[in-house]
Amino acid sequence: MTRREPAVTADTLRRSPLGHLAAVFAEHSTPAEPSPAGEPSRAAEPSRAAEPSIAAERCARLREVPFLAQLDLQLEPGGPAAQRIAAALGTPLPTAPNSVAEAGELRVLWLGPQEWLVIGPDGSAPATAALLSAALRGEPGSVVDVSANRTTLELSGRTAREVLAKGCALDLHPRAFGPGDCAQTLLSTVHVILDQIDRTDAGPTYRLLVRGSFAQYLSDWLLDAMEEYRHPPLTP
Amino acid sequence: MLLIACPWCGEREELEFHYGGQAHVAHPAEPEGLSDSQWGEYLFVRDNPKGPFAERWSHSAGCRRWFNVVRHTVTHEILAVYPAGQPKPVILP
Repeated sequence: MTRREPAVTADTLRRSPLGHLAAVFAEHSTPAEPSPAGEPSRAAEPSRAAEPSIAAERCARLREVPFLAQLDLQLEPGGPAAQRIAAALGTPLPTAPNSVAEAGELRVLWLGPQEWLVIGPDGSAPATAALLSAALRGEPGSVVDVSANRTTLELSGRTAREVLAKGCALDLHPRAFGPGDCAQTLLSTVHVILDQIDRTDAGPTYRLLVRGSFAQYLSDWLLDAMEEYRHPPLTP
Repeated sequence: MLLIACPWCGEREELEFHYGGQAHVAHPAEPEGLSDSQWGEYLFVRDNPKGPFAERWSHSAGCRRWFNVVRHTVTHEILAVYPAGQPKPVILP
């Protein structure tokens, strides 16, 4: 008798810390259903028809972007290795604190005066690590694949900034923090790397890089913080 | 809550930092020549001034770099922030 085993590969074994919450994120990224039975008087209001688009604009959106390639790069800025890496990446390493350089699909985040985080799409870690190691060429420094260290949450929408403001002491107003800025800070006591990837008419988009073991807590906290924006604003 | 100006990241709240005790405590040049009481003095005994105090802080939730701060121990006013390894700035009382 032969048993049929499912094919076990690296892909089938791979689990993101928040993979089981994808449906929950999707549900909480849309406006709450108006309660049909509980409040008949509000449901009967004629203005109700216009509400979905307003509610959709007000709602913050959350999703996980799992398995991003993350490489921790440490070296002395301004040296020949930094110049070779800048040439290999196609962009100089950002030296201004808490800033981001973009190079094609890669984002290079400043983490410290001698430390950067290179973020790329899923699966790009080996190639990028080889590129950076070759450019480092034995000079003092290191290239370490830390992709499994953190997962990424993407929070967007016009109320995304308000959601973050509930647990983050940083000034995220557009005059102080915009696309091209990143920060390592605390969000509801959890260490996160905050990276604003764009700002559109539909609001800013933030990426939150969080340790896998804190991801469940942080996503629970974010879903709770987003909840009020799924409902029409309370008017006195 | 103190607002501490990290030399790299700018002003952040105290929660992001880790306290490192008194700054400028030099390691003895010849530790093997010290008596037990002298070694204990180096390890455990620190100044406890009422006034400006140079101490080490690490921006542990941010760039994770160590730096020095001169803080007034009564008012908590931060009088100076300077990189680790630099001499203590002269603070007039």
